[in-house]
Formats: sequence, C-alpha cells, structure tokens
Amino acid sequence: MKRNGAGFWIGAAVAVGLAALAAFTVKNEYVFFAGYLVLMSIVLATAWNILGGYAGYVNFGTPAFFGLGAYTSVVLIQSIGAPLAVQILAAAVMSGLLGLGAGLMTLRLRGIFFAIATVALVVIFETLFINWRYTGGATGVQLLRPPPLPPFESYTKMLFVVMTVLVVVAVAIARWIQTSWIGRGLRAIRDSEEAAECSGVPTLKLKVLACTVSGALMGAAGAPMPMYLQFVEPASTFNLNYGIAALASPMIGGTAHWLGPVIGATLLSSLQQIVTVTISNEMNVLVVGVLLVVFVVAAPDGILGLFKKLKRAK
Amino acid sequence: MFSLELLLEAILFGVLLGCFYAAVSIGLSVAFGLLDVPHIAHPAVMVLGAYCTFVLGRLGWDPILAGIALMPVFFLLGMAIYRFYYETFEKRGTDAGVRGLAFFFGLTLIIEVGLILAFGVDQRMVEADYIGKSLKIGDMRIPMRLLVAFGVAVTLTAALTFYLSRTFTGRAIKAVAQDEPALRLMGANPVRIKQRAFGIATGVTALAGAMLIIVGPVDPSLDRVYIGRTFAVVVLAGLGSMTGTVAAGLILGISESIVLTLFGASWAPAVSFGLLLIVLGLRPQGLFGR
Repeated sequence: MKRNGAGFWIGAAVAVGLAALAAFTVKNEYVFFAGYLVLMSIVLATAWNILGGYAGYVNFGTPAFFGLGAYTSVVLIQSIGAPLAVQILAAAVMSGLLGLGAGLMTLRLRGIFFAIATVALVVIFETLFINWRYTGGATGVQLLRPPPLPPFESYTKMLFVVMTVLVVVAVAIARWIQTSWIGRGLRAIRDSEEAAECSGVPTLKLKVLACTVSGALMGAAGAPMPMYLQFVEPASTFNLNYGIAALASPMIGGTAHWLGPVIGATLLSSLQQIVTVTISNEMNVLVVGVLLVVFVVAAPDGILGLFKKLKRAK
Repeated sequence: MFSLELLLEAILFGVLLGCFYAAVSIGLSVAFGLLDVPHIAHPAVMVLGAYCTFVLGRLGWDPILAGIALMPVFFLLGMAIYRFYYETFEKRGTDAGVRGLAFFFGLTLIIEVGLILAFGVDQRMVEADYIGKSLKIGDMRIPMRLLVAFGVAVTLTAALTFYLSRTFTGRAIKAVAQDEPALRLMGANPVRIKQRAFGIATGVTALAGAMLIIVGPVDPSLDRVYIGRTFAVVVLAGLGSMTGTVAAGLILGISESIVLTLFGASWAPAVSFGLLLIVLGLRPQGLFGR
C-alpha cells in the first residue's frame, strides 16, 4: 500500500485541478449542480465505510449526521452570517460529537441493535428540528447566497470545487485509517469483536474514533447543503434515502478498500441523476434498492471483489 | 388546560392503540425475537398487506375478511423470503450481519417504491360499516375503527401466544430459538421449522396490515414510522416474549397518546424512537428478556 503513496496524492491533486479547471471553462451550470451531488455522495459513502465497511457496524443514520451538519450551517448563517469554511468546520465538530455519542452506544449495542438505534437518531433529530422555530420548523427556511469568492463566477461552481476538496480530505482520511494500525484493529473488530478484545485491541477506543471521524465527515458533507439549495426543511434533509445511498455505494463498490465507496458512489449517484432526469424520482430510489439487493446477494465483495476474482482467474 | 378527564381519555386511547401496536409487532417478535432474522422489512411487508387489503376492499371485501384471506398468501411469501435469506446469507455464514441487514433494507425500499409506482403517493383507506362511526361513553367518543382493531389485535395476539406455547410446532419454534444444535441432534430440521415460523410471522403481518388500514389512511412510506414502533415494542418486550409484547405495546401506546395530548402531533413520531433508545441504553434485554 505504501508504494502507492505518491500516486495517490498526485491523483488527488489532479482531481482538484481538474475540478477547478472545469469551474473556469465549462459554462453549463447544470453540470456543477449535478456533479456536486455525485461528489457529496462520495464523501457520505466514504464516511459510512469507515465505520460500516472496516468495523462492520451498520449505520442507517447518515441523515442524522448529514442533517445536523446542514442545520449547524443554517444556525450559523442566521445568527452571525458565518462564511462557508466556518460552517463546514463547525458542522464537522457538531456531527463529530454526535458520532462520539453514537460510538459510546456501541459499548452495549451490536449488530441490528446498533443499526436500529441509528435510525432512531434520524427520527429524533428530524422531530427536534420540526419543532424548533428558529430554523423555520416544519416549513423550512429560505436562505440567500452571498456573492461567490473572487476567482469563482458563480456560487454553485465554488461549492463544486469545495466539495471536491472535501472528497479528497475524506478519501485521504479513509485511506490513512485503512492502512494504519487503526484499520487493522477495526478489521479485527469486524471479524470477531471478542477475539479482538482478547488479543489486546482497544476495541471501544477504535469504535468511538471510527464513529467520530465518520460522523464528522458526514456533517462536513451536509454543511454546504443549505447554500447549495438555498432552502432547508427537515423532511428532505433528514430523509432516510441519504442513509440508504451511503450504505449501498460501498456495498456496490466493495467495502474492504477505500476505493470501493468511491467507485460505488460515483456509479450509483450518476445513475441516480440520470434516472431522476430521464424517468422519475421514484425509479431512482428503486434503482438503489434493486442494485443493493443484487450486489449483496450476488457479489458480496462488490465491484472490487469481482475484479479480484477476474485477476485470479487469469 | 390539562385535566384529569383529558388524561383518562389519553390513557384509554393509549390502551386501544397499545394493543394495536402489540398486534402489528407480534410478527416481528417471532421473526426477529425468536429467529434472530434482522427483519427490517417487517413494517414494509405490513404496509404491503394494507395495500392488498385496499385492493380487495375495492372489490367489495370486508377489510378484516380480506386480511384473513391474505394470511395464507403471505405465509407462502414469508417462507420464500426466509428460504432465500437462508440460502444466501445464513448458510454462507460469513458476514451475515451487515449483508443481511442491507438485504432487508433493500427489500424495504423495493416494496415501498413498488407501492408508489402502483398506487401513487396519495393516502388510501378502506370502507366498511364500522369505519367512521364512534362509540359514545359519557363525553368521550371512541372511534369504532379503533375498537375493531383492538378486538382483532387481542384475538390475534392470544391465538399466536396459545399456538407457540401449546401446539407441537409452536413448541418446536420456541425450541429452535433456544438451542438450535440440540434440535439438530434430536433429528429435527431447524431450517424447516424456522422457515415455517417465518411464514407464520409474515402471515400474521398480513392481518396486521389489514388493521393498519382500518385504523387510519395508509401511504407507501408509512413503514418508516413503524420501523420505530415495531422495533421499540419488540426490544422493550424482551426478544421473543409474547406477554412482553403486549405489555410493551401498551407502554408505547399510552406514552404516545399522552405526548400527543400534551405536546401535539409533531412530537409523536419521536416517542417510539426515543423509548427505543432509552431501552437500548438502559436495559437492552428488555422487560421480559431471556
């Protein structure tokens, strides 16, 4: 893995460079509007995989972390008109704290109990924000975009580049966790938590760390959402569909490697965009469901697993 | 603003609602509580049952009759689902937790969107003589539909409890939950027993779906609220305990009804999930846990 270090960073730099280049050359705004969602789903899937893929704790609660991030931004915008960078940092801190809490839950909850508890988080946060007048309650709140920062000519393009940077940050963190002793510890937890504990793996510490990092990244991904849509309301912000996509992408791409969620999310999210535009929004949800079931049943190790098999066959 | 009378009414409604919640959770209590299948799709299957009842209702069937008629069909459906789950996940054994969960989550989505494509996102309801009327006791009005659902719920729960504790197959199902290897050593086939048990759980869910649409209008995404309610009941009950399921249903029903009266409808969805989190945090084995 080490030998790819330089390659990875060059790839990351190229990705950011290409995004910036596109922002200054491509005129069609829709490309950035759709592209933003694809990039966002990569961040969410990568964040999900840190806990779900490496440690084997299924988190249905992506919308809770994502939504908390988005609403942190709303509060900051409404109270002090904070700039985007502050919004993202604050959202990451808030959702990271929520992740810390969720991580402590794993002390007692495993398997389906943890998964159900994370669904509970989503509904509880949705209810809280429905009843909180300051952020607009159930009807939501409309926000005005400030002018974009100088080199960018439109706010959507700026958000697109910002999200590209977030993708690089998320993937770099996931990659670092995977290749360090932390990743080995998490894999040991996934295979057998008792055995890991007995061999001296600090299981609780690692689980809490994974939960916190995963939550913080999801929160950061949610932070620019209010400015992206210029409108926030609880029902769509805390929609379980985010959670399903964040879970399905790594399952499709492959959960063992950081590249899995990137491949899965890129394919799934692009497909979703196409289906939403060409057929309907319902079909787009159906596509996720069907692909998830097909991959889980027929290709348990995802696309990466299929490639590996192909290589071995040769 | 808040009086004793209001509280009494809230508790009465809570009891009716609670028995209904117990009945919609009892299928999950068997599937998840006894068989350890992470059946997140349970509420979705129930909503599917409600829509089947709706279709039969259009043809002139009484909803309860429709629910009973659907039971054998859902029994077979449940057997098929379990067989598939067993062959693809339980048998392979590796990493069944994560993938099994993802599988049932995907199934939920497919049912939900399938219903949206077939019926649209509008709310649907059924018609019957007892829907829309209400029983008057003093100043209180109790909707007949809740009473009917209450009656069916009590019958259903009692019947299933009796079946599990008194009949041969019922006891075999409980045995499979307690000690599968032992059952295998006795020469019985645990997979077949589990398959039948899952079928029964799904069959019961069809009737639960019929009650669901009797109690109120149904839309395809209703299952999401019921993920919280059914799992709260099953976990609070203690996995697989039938008496516990009734007690937990009542606790949930009464607390939801009181919150509804005191704070309004917008807080109600959080009750079941909040209760669930509290139980998971404080007493994960539930009230009547094994």
